[in-house]
Amino acid sequence: MSSGSDAGRGVWAYVLGRVLNAVPLVLGVIVVNFLLMTLAPGDPVTALVGDYPAPADYVERVRQQYGLDRPVPERLVRYVASVMRGDLGYSFANRQPVVTLLVERLGRTLVLMLTTVVIASAVGLTLGVVAARRPHSATDAAATGFALAGYAVPEFWLGQLLILVFAVWLQWLPAGGFRSVRESYEGFAALLDHARHMLLPMAALSFRYMAITTRLTRASLLEVMNTQYIVAARARGLSERTILWRHALRAAALPVVTVIGYNFGFIVAGSALVETVFGWPGIGRLMYDSIFTRDYPVLLGILLMVSVTVIVVNLVTDVLYSVLDPRVRY
Amino acid sequence: MTTPEATVRVPGAAGGSGSARAAWRRFRRHRGGLFGLAVVLLLVVVAVFAPALAPHDPFTTSRNSFLPPLAGSGYVLGTDHLGRDLLSNLIWGARVSLLVGVAAALTATIIGVIVGAFAGYIGARADELLMRITEFFQVIPRFVLALIVVAFFGSGLVNLILVIGLLSWPQTARLVRSQYLSHKTMQYVDAGRALGMRDLKLIFAEILPNVMAPVLVVTSLDVAQAILLEASLGFFGLGDPNLPSWGAMLNAAQDYIRRAWWMSVFPGLGISLAVLGFNLLGDGLTEAYDPRMRVR
Repeated sequence: MSSGSDAGRGVWAYVLGRVLNAVPLVLGVIVVNFLLMTLAPGDPVTALVGDYPAPADYVERVRQQYGLDRPVPERLVRYVASVMRGDLGYSFANRQPVVTLLVERLGRTLVLMLTTVVIASAVGLTLGVVAARRPHSATDAAATGFALAGYAVPEFWLGQLLILVFAVWLQWLPAGGFRSVRESYEGFAALLDHARHMLLPMAALSFRYMAITTRLTRASLLEVMNTQYIVAARARGLSERTILWRHALRAAALPVVTVIGYNFGFIVAGSALVETVFGWPGIGRLMYDSIFTRDYPVLLGILLMVSVTVIVVNLVTDVLYSVLDPRVRY
Repeated sequence: MTTPEATVRVPGAAGGSGSARAAWRRFRRHRGGLFGLAVVLLLVVVAVFAPALAPHDPFTTSRNSFLPPLAGSGYVLGTDHLGRDLLSNLIWGARVSLLVGVAAALTATIIGVIVGAFAGYIGARADELLMRITEFFQVIPRFVLALIVVAFFGSGLVNLILVIGLLSWPQTARLVRSQYLSHKTMQYVDAGRALGMRDLKLIFAEILPNVMAPVLVVTSLDVAQAILLEASLGFFGLGDPNLPSWGAMLNAAQDYIRRAWWMSVFPGLGISLAVLGFNLLGDGLTEAYDPRMRVR
């Protein structure tokens, strides 16, 4: 797109600026983690070990490693250093280092979240276009009503309703889990089995996101349709269809990209709730279990990981937006 | 009389009874907003008169566990696994939801207004610093952080309200900041300054009333978000253990979903209706205050 090296340099300067901007945010997250740990009632070592009966010499080692007998500033430095090394502690309830545990569970959550984002964006964009094509028509009202419901219905309740209808009453789909326990499938059949288990959680998780995308697409499309270049396109005699799909939607879809970044944190939260409903063994289910086992290092590790992910996704979508939008100049 | 002529017509601001009447007229035309208002009023009535409306004590267990709705014996919506009356729990749950929702949203509004007002009015370094803090609170995952704070420090009512409020103010702050940025250069503010008014007075006594209308819209939407967040925490077993809450009811329902659909269906309807009500009220208020403005 860029003809001269000037524009190229502009992009990189922008990206670099955004990355530098993200660094204090990440540091801030680590400090918040540290504060939670320090201020938590009881022995601070509990926040690092969990409420699980851990061997006394391990507890003592943690105390030494994090300098829990040292003044607060020194403890903060030690904590930041160990996080930077990728050391988030050890989960005794799961008998695994926290990092290993999180990485293991992350994949399953990502599968759920990414398919949700893709499908919900596609459906939301389509509904938004259909609604905006004839504003204030019955179709528009239906799409708007759908969006309103999506904003109001909590994911975890929708999950329960889906279980009631499709698993308990109709018995079409499994009520939960990651795969069938009684059968052992191989190859394509195993994949199909996973997909069947994923269908309901995905539906529960994507509803709100579809609503957000629908509403946003509709609003931005209505705005774009009134701009001069669309009027100019009409004057050139282009068909409404070409104008809508080739010209208007391209501009209107841009905010949808940012909304992925902005709402990523909400999808993570929704995923945690939905995983709990369906017994999906991802990060969210781990969070739920860790509350009851008082596995604090795992909880703090999840907070850290999710926060950093949200910051990175925001960064990426911001950069993507600036690259996609021809109006952005550096 | 030290107050200068502060009734300058500010576009979109609610000043004077004439514009309030016009705003009400616009609100009345917004059917969704009216519906939202009706739902909110209903919730308030149910919450306030919960002790009189609930047919049973919400905590009293009985041997009639898992009674389906309308099965007679005085349990209209049935009973849960411990034989407690579902309707009574639903009614008392409205009280907790509304209380947490409104109190948390007000907390968020107060913080957001203070941060936004100072950032917008003072500008420069203070603005930059305050906006960086706001950005931080915007990217940090609310649900996960709230969950951990409540798990660490206890899930009493006050904790819930404070945590949700402290994590919900960024949107208000950004809105208020942008309002102050444009208002601080307006004539009525200049006039006040010329009369020797102090900055604090200008910020809170002069400008604030003129920017409250859009802030109220965000507050209404914040109530909806806070109700959702409280329900989510309750579903994760982190509600106030001494109070009936819709989220906690859904947590219990999860274990008996094959046996008692009513334990899941009714509390979820309550949450959805409450959230829908405050969202629609916010939409109606947007329409009343300024039809061109959209906050989401």
